[in-house]
Amino acid sequence: MRRFLRPGHDPVRERLKRDLFQFNKTVEHGFPHQPSALGYSPFLRLMAIGTRSGAIKLYGAPGVEFMGLHEENNTVMQIHFIPDQCQLVTLLDDNSLHLWSLKQHSGASELREEHRFTLKGPPGSPPSATQITAVLPHSSREVLYLGTESGNIFVVELPLFRVLEDRTITSEAVLQRVPEDYCNRRSCELVEALREHPKNPDQILIGYSRGLIVLWDLQNNRVTHHFLGSQQLENLYWQRDGSKFISCHYDGSYTQWPVSSDNRQPEPLENLVPYGPFPCKAISKIYWQTTRNGLPYIIFQGGMPRASYGDRHSISVVHGSQQTAFDFTSRVIDFFIIFSSEPTAEFDDPSAMVVLAEEELVVIDLKTAGWPAVHPPYLASLHCSAITCSHHVSNIPLKLWERIISAGSKQNIHYSNMPWPIDGGTNIAPDPPQRDLLLTGHEDGTVRFWDASGVCLHLLYKLSTVRVFLTDADPNDNMNTLGEDEWPPLRKVGTFDPYSDDPRLGIQKIYLCKYSGYLAVAGTAGQVLVMELNDEDAEHVVDHAEADLLQDQEGYRWKGHEKLKTRDGPVRFEAGFQPFVLVQCQPPAVVTSLALHSEWKLVAFGTSHGFGLFDHQQKRLVFVKCTLHPSDQLALEGPLSRVKSLKKSLRQSFRRIRRSRVSSRKRRGAGGNASEVQEANAKFDQDALQEMELAPVQRKIEARSAEDSFTGFVRTLYFADTFLRDSSRHCPSLWAGTNGGTVYAFCLRVPPAERRMDEPVRAEQAKEIQLMHRAPVVGILVLDGRSTPLPEPLEVAHDLSKSPDMQGSHQLLVVSEEQFKVFTLPKVSSKLKLKLTALEGCRVRKVMVANFGSCKTDDYSENDLAVLTNLGDIQIISLPFLKLQIRYPCIRKEDVSGIASCVFTKYGQGFYLISPSEFERFSLSTKWLVEPRCIVDMPEITSNNHVHKKSGMENAARKS
Amino acid sequence: EFRRFSLERSKPGKFEEFYGLLQHVHKIPNVDVLVGYTDVHGDLLPINNDDNYHKAVSTANPLLRIFIQRKEDADYSAFGTDTMTRKKNVLSNVLRPDNHKKKPHIVISMPQDFRPVSSIIDVDILPETHRRVRLYKYGTDKPLGFYIRDGSSVRVTPHGLEKVPGIFISRLVPGGLAQSTGLLAVNDEVLEVNGIEVSGKSLDQVTDMMIANSRNLIITVRPANQRNNVVRNSRTSGSSGQSTESSLPSSTPNISANILQGEEESDEEDIIIEDSGEPQQIPKAAPTSESLESLTQIELLHESTQNGFLPSSEVNLNHSAGSISMEYEVQDPDLKSLEEDGTIITL
Repeated sequence: MRRFLRPGHDPVRERLKRDLFQFNKTVEHGFPHQPSALGYSPFLRLMAIGTRSGAIKLYGAPGVEFMGLHEENNTVMQIHFIPDQCQLVTLLDDNSLHLWSLKQHSGASELREEHRFTLKGPPGSPPSATQITAVLPHSSREVLYLGTESGNIFVVELPLFRVLEDRTITSEAVLQRVPEDYCNRRSCELVEALREHPKNPDQILIGYSRGLIVLWDLQNNRVTHHFLGSQQLENLYWQRDGSKFISCHYDGSYTQWPVSSDNRQPEPLENLVPYGPFPCKAISKIYWQTTRNGLPYIIFQGGMPRASYGDRHSISVVHGSQQTAFDFTSRVIDFFIIFSSEPTAEFDDPSAMVVLAEEELVVIDLKTAGWPAVHPPYLASLHCSAITCSHHVSNIPLKLWERIISAGSKQNIHYSNMPWPIDGGTNIAPDPPQRDLLLTGHEDGTVRFWDASGVCLHLLYKLSTVRVFLTDADPNDNMNTLGEDEWPPLRKVGTFDPYSDDPRLGIQKIYLCKYSGYLAVAGTAGQVLVMELNDEDAEHVVDHAEADLLQDQEGYRWKGHEKLKTRDGPVRFEAGFQPFVLVQCQPPAVVTSLALHSEWKLVAFGTSHGFGLFDHQQKRLVFVKCTLHPSDQLALEGPLSRVKSLKKSLRQSFRRIRRSRVSSRKRRGAGGNASEVQEANAKFDQDALQEMELAPVQRKIEARSAEDSFTGFVRTLYFADTFLRDSSRHCPSLWAGTNGGTVYAFCLRVPPAERRMDEPVRAEQAKEIQLMHRAPVVGILVLDGRSTPLPEPLEVAHDLSKSPDMQGSHQLLVVSEEQFKVFTLPKVSSKLKLKLTALEGCRVRKVMVANFGSCKTDDYSENDLAVLTNLGDIQIISLPFLKLQIRYPCIRKEDVSGIASCVFTKYGQGFYLISPSEFERFSLSTKWLVEPRCIVDMPEITSNNHVHKKSGMENAARKS
Repeated sequence: EFRRFSLERSKPGKFEEFYGLLQHVHKIPNVDVLVGYTDVHGDLLPINNDDNYHKAVSTANPLLRIFIQRKEDADYSAFGTDTMTRKKNVLSNVLRPDNHKKKPHIVISMPQDFRPVSSIIDVDILPETHRRVRLYKYGTDKPLGFYIRDGSSVRVTPHGLEKVPGIFISRLVPGGLAQSTGLLAVNDEVLEVNGIEVSGKSLDQVTDMMIANSRNLIITVRPANQRNNVVRNSRTSGSSGQSTESSLPSSTPNISANILQGEEESDEEDIIIEDSGEPQQIPKAAPTSESLESLTQIELLHESTQNGFLPSSEVNLNHSAGSISMEYEVQDPDLKSLEEDGTIITL
């Protein structure tokens, strides 16, 4: 009756599984998708970023990171830190306020939502009466002033958001003493800005959108000064000593106003249109920073001449005669200036400008001449060119690590040396267990090397393959260098550049050998480059070979893109990875698989037409094999991306619709009824949903046949030293798996090292396995006599792995999208299988061998398969018995690009893209866990704060 | 007993003569026998008239394998698709002993030169409102030829009637296997695929399951038209109609899943070409004693299927003692027949 016992109920194994496997999403790397708000606390030296999906992320010193998510998933409109507190308030686009605080819990700080609140007007009042437009956290830390669309300012008490009705500042009260003629011309309209007096906490400056600005005395509840602006107001900023303030306007002008006790209705000191005289765009935010040498820094966003530069996203910095308009490649969300926040300091002395653009964070060093950019240690723009593939390498040897860093530092000389200015909090996470590299391939032909060891994904080095080729758009950077009298003085900053010169340059596959420093990359137009790490600049010729994968196939015409043109003669390469061999596949279809064996000095590559093997020592093509089925016309004709691009363009147009809806919601134009817009949006959503439900969805049930398209598409390539022909002699071999369920095995003869250059490498086909279920082969692996996967090339030579067992019999594991199968070697007979799809209806998307260590005992570890399915589940399957150990839901099954982007590491971690610009890091292991762990302490409260506290208490006392 | 003799391919003669020749060659002049042959698919097909005798000879490639059984102890069920490669399942013998032992086979007529394309199975363990259909894709050129869609059905639950999502057949391709069987129809609700319940699974998941099982697809449906159901005279009064569907015995799917998995092993042979030589089906590795300890459930089934084959009652004249593998050998180096089958890609 043993056969009736269901497996998987062995209590010992169950306990061991708990010690080995655990699923956690640990940290999000990269740049938040669709940021919508920025906040900064000079007290905590922490920065906060809010997003359109309701996420809020706090960043301080490298490694200090917090993340929170609003339940509503609504756009975060504003973020305000409570002065001198570990608290912040967020305003969402549903007009709700949320109080978050950083609290210490079991030794580390955590970000938690404490309270939420929605301002309610009296019954019957329009929603605009309580639509919040401006938020001022008072320095007393006890109240928030909330400016609204109706022009009224409500006061709520923290932390419970109790409305203090008797302290509401109504627009009627404000307008009482405004001159008749001004009042008639324009009513108050919505509150655009609220600013507390820098020296006197009892005075606040109120700016209304139509231009009226008043100074309000909180003690006596009355207006002390009127400033009658004539232009639509955008923002306000106090000068440090409180004697002047500056207002900026919709017409691209800014105005300075004096504040003195003798004139209650002063005229402006200065009114300037910096980029006039032609009509300019609005200046939406302005800073006035005083310095020791007397010349202020005036920093403002926008204001460009409407006709010729209206499309630029700029922030201008003016300091005496120096003026630069920093030109960003994406929309500026918000910015702030880091300046001396010591209350006793006499001047602002700004040190850095931090700009949150839609696609990247840019920090400008304002202290160093030339205002260079600062290299951010986190929030890297992963998507500065779209990510096309990724490759992870664990446990990098120190030597290689240092050489990559040194190559990268030579690329970063134009960055400022300023230490990272946002340095709040303390990172208390243990040092990362090992040095890990994440390599991302990009659409523009670059490969970026990221330090993925810890919480901060940091760019170490950037490699460009473009130099090898002749492209239409040759580096011609004259567009950005500006002449002396260029006006406006634009300067491009940032790295985000989504436009690729030539899509054929895109990187599709990467393989790095960490022991030898050999790197192979392959791209969209069938190009395969083998590179070597060189610490010096060098100029050399790249050896060039062509691999005709169609061989004798006649009568086919490739209708896709042409192959890339190569440069003749020597090419100059900067220090770092320098290509020495280029193989171009013919037809130039996208490279779909790549393998490099650094010990045998061989590189194998496959496309939709076949695969080839290249000897990069002798620089000779060893063989090619065409895998095409004669009836597979589609593969011959053009690039595979056709289907994909249609899907992509659909997705983009959807995104566009959504974006336009979001922006329409954001526009709170004069008299615009927000709730109406929202209602319309809701209706639109519902309609779209219904439409989708009505569409008849049906699926064809048909067995796969050899005639299906793309059966020849080479999905996987694998080198192994194993028993291919007989059980007495092992030999090097190359394995290839196709989309049609075929596995080819080639026996290789690699000459011994001393005759390596003299004798050719030979290859001979030894086996061909046709899986009857014909599902695409996504993984091939050979297990040694101890059922351990064969080590990587050179791993044994570097004493990092036990040499494989060559005595016992080897086994071959073939993973298709539907099944896992173990075969014996050298005689191929099937031994075991796991029919995943037949049982569960899911298909294998990614598979990787991972080593799992027990968290209880140091000496136990085992190898398992980490599998990602098309449903976004992660499964761990044991080796060699193919038993399902555990399953975790990880990625939404609709998130096709997330699933496609997933990479596993060798130690049970993984990464996948949650947006074009963010990797989510997850861990399957109990032992290897990289997650932020940090602490934020309240800095000492300075004497000035006690004054605030006192006045706050006085306020409270008076109230009662 | 094994005999080898030659025939004139161009002039095979009549069945009667051939029958006589066999009796003569085997020196069994007065014994009534059944004659069968293996065709290119490895199926055992009968020879009992001139037509199928001629067909048999024409398929010789160049060897024709003939099997002769004594009529008294003949096993009629041996004929048909998969008969040569199917390992009869011990599990099914244990669970349904009446299948082979108690009930004598009712022979209506000898199967002629055809293979089954579909069958209704497990009638005895399923509620009358359900139908389990097996489609034999293997060996036919016809496409499966049907489509499925999402939908909803009304179920009896402890909370009363509830609308639950379900998977339905949405279209039958004219001339396809599904349509030609007449056992499946548009709007039939799909309940199980090869013994696995589909409830809670998405349309794409069910599609993938069906395609993964397409070579031997067993689908359990609730026909949209309930009037053609098999009515069993026992317990019909008590548990007929709609009431049965909610009281489906919960253990049934599991057991049947095992059976189906086991049966399914039969037609899953991958093919290997060694050193660019002849394609062969990949044999199963005999489980070694060391790995027996930790075999998966699936492997246990392998073992049992092999055991189940040995005591089979076939009188195999071509007796190969102890050999488990019933791989067929392609003696003709010309791979034409295999190409027709679409199993090998030759360029």
